Amino acid sequence: MPRAVTTQKKILNSAISWALAIIIFFPIFWIVVLSFKTEGDAIRTPIEVLTSTWTFDSYAVVQERSDYFKHFSNSVIIAIGSTLLGIIIAVPAAWSMAFVPSKRTRGILMWMLSTKMLPAVGVLYPIYLIFIELGILDSRTGLVVILMLINLPIIIWMLYTYFKEIPAEILEAARMDGANLRSEILYILTPMAIPGIASTLLLNIILAWNEAFWTLNLTAAKAAPLTSFIASYSSPEGLFFAKLSAASVMAITPILIMGWFSQKQLVRGLTFGAVK
Amino acid sequence: MKQIELNQVSKYFGEIEVIRPLDLQIENGEFVVFVGPSGCGKSTLLRLIAGLEDVTSGQILINGKDTTKLAPADRELAMVFQSYALYPHMTVRKNIEFPLRMAGLDKKERNKRVEDAAKALNLTDYLERRPGQLSGGQRQRVAIGRAIVREPTAFLFDEPLSNLDAALRVGMRLEISELHKRLGATMIYVTHDQVEAMTLADKIVVLQAGVIEQVGTPLDLYHNPKNTFVAGFIGSPKMNLISGNEADKMGAHTIGIRPEHLSITKNTGLWHGVVGVTEQLGSDTFVHLNCESFSESLTVRADSDLSVAYGETLYVTPDLTHLHKFDKNGLRFDEKA
Repeated sequence: MPRAVTTQKKILNSAISWALAIIIFFPIFWIVVLSFKTEGDAIRTPIEVLTSTWTFDSYAVVQERSDYFKHFSNSVIIAIGSTLLGIIIAVPAAWSMAFVPSKRTRGILMWMLSTKMLPAVGVLYPIYLIFIELGILDSRTGLVVILMLINLPIIIWMLYTYFKEIPAEILEAARMDGANLRSEILYILTPMAIPGIASTLLLNIILAWNEAFWTLNLTAAKAAPLTSFIASYSSPEGLFFAKLSAASVMAITPILIMGWFSQKQLVRGLTFGAVK
Repeated sequence: MKQIELNQVSKYFGEIEVIRPLDLQIENGEFVVFVGPSGCGKSTLLRLIAGLEDVTSGQILINGKDTTKLAPADRELAMVFQSYALYPHMTVRKNIEFPLRMAGLDKKERNKRVEDAAKALNLTDYLERRPGQLSGGQRQRVAIGRAIVREPTAFLFDEPLSNLDAALRVGMRLEISELHKRLGATMIYVTHDQVEAMTLADKIVVLQAGVIEQVGTPLDLYHNPKNTFVAGFIGSPKMNLISGNEADKMGAHTIGIRPEHLSITKNTGLWHGVVGVTEQLGSDTFVHLNCESFSESLTVRADSDLSVAYGETLYVTPDLTHLHKFDKNGLRFDEKA
């Protein structure tokens, strides 16, 4: 039986939802506004900010001072590279846990997730030293590897939950039809899990794109992605709100557009396959 | 020639023994049906033969070769699953073609075999559709098509008809029987439906709690059940099994008599009882009599033109030549049939 919802309740619910949405969205809105102001106008009171003149100056300065496209291409390579590498490793891992579980599978899954609960800074020092030792500090390869490792538990968990939804009989049928493990994963499991793999891919590209701790600490100039590009505008010389905002807008726009077009997959990805 | 041979095969799931060590021989070209109540281990036994489960102990020989440790793909068996297990992302053509692709056949040969199988199964018009666009019966035929294209050593069927409605089930049953006659291939078929077992099988294997109770032809099991379990399981309606005083009088712990071996009259007979439910099937009428002398009601087959009223008292007499006697362990001890 559907629950009875009165009109007043609906109005109240809508009002609360809108209020929350506006609170969450406001910082982004304000960054966009500030990016079109001069440094002087950007630090005035909100009313003055909104009524002052609009300008593209900050964007021009930002592009002049630092090479946006270099950072952008670094971000693209790091985000996509780490996600693809992660998927390649995670598909067989998730397959084995979903279809040939052992007594310890549950424990392994929890253990992998537990690595996400540790503060990243706890392992910064050893990882920094390892990176120096391997000569991959400030390299895209190094970042691809570290971001893949950081996100691997999430990728495995997501794929695991999607694979669990695929009936085991279909994979058994493939085995009876003469498929070896490679063919089974390549021709049957992966095509059937495409929607799940797609949302995993999207969510992890976003996570890798937005990752700021490792990308800031392990890069200097060569491999610096857009996160470093933003951070370079909060410098010891003082905060430049307008330029910082312009840089932020330039950094978040690509991922925002991607997210907008893939909303459906993302929502499914974020619910971890729990809601069906 | 023995084609599939199980020697002392057993299976444990953890601590639970699902199949007790058993031996079974399946001859070339035979249609063997594993039948038993749910949870008796019949599907597990099939999966052991298929290689989808590992045996705990024992040996499985196929064409004289020890296949106990071989992967399912290397046993040259084909299987039809209860859920059909079609590949949802592939067209009917690709589904049927898949085992041939895995076997590495060239495109021309693959196409020819797919077309032949589709023709034989009336699927030619559906080759470019996806499984989701087919009816249950058509899906089942695709699953069978996928099994026959590779010309396997033997076919395994795991309750293939239980997802179909009653009318379709009878039709598909005939098609499978016809397929067996045409191909002459060995088939192993798992079902819990004893009517399916009786109508399809050359040989029935009755299982209960992981143990083979009896192996034999359908009529052999029907007329000479080894024990009360097989006697009660094979045949519809069930054999009447009577214990107590009436059985003692005949020198047995339990006596068994099929509904068609009881003659019914209105005035005199060995036993009498009160009419309960009557089931009129048109060709026959089954009368359920509640007798004072036994705890369970007695099912009697009568002519369809017999008219009886609820609550009426009727007399029945068993045909003693068809009476089965069982000892206290449930084993039959009269050897005359």
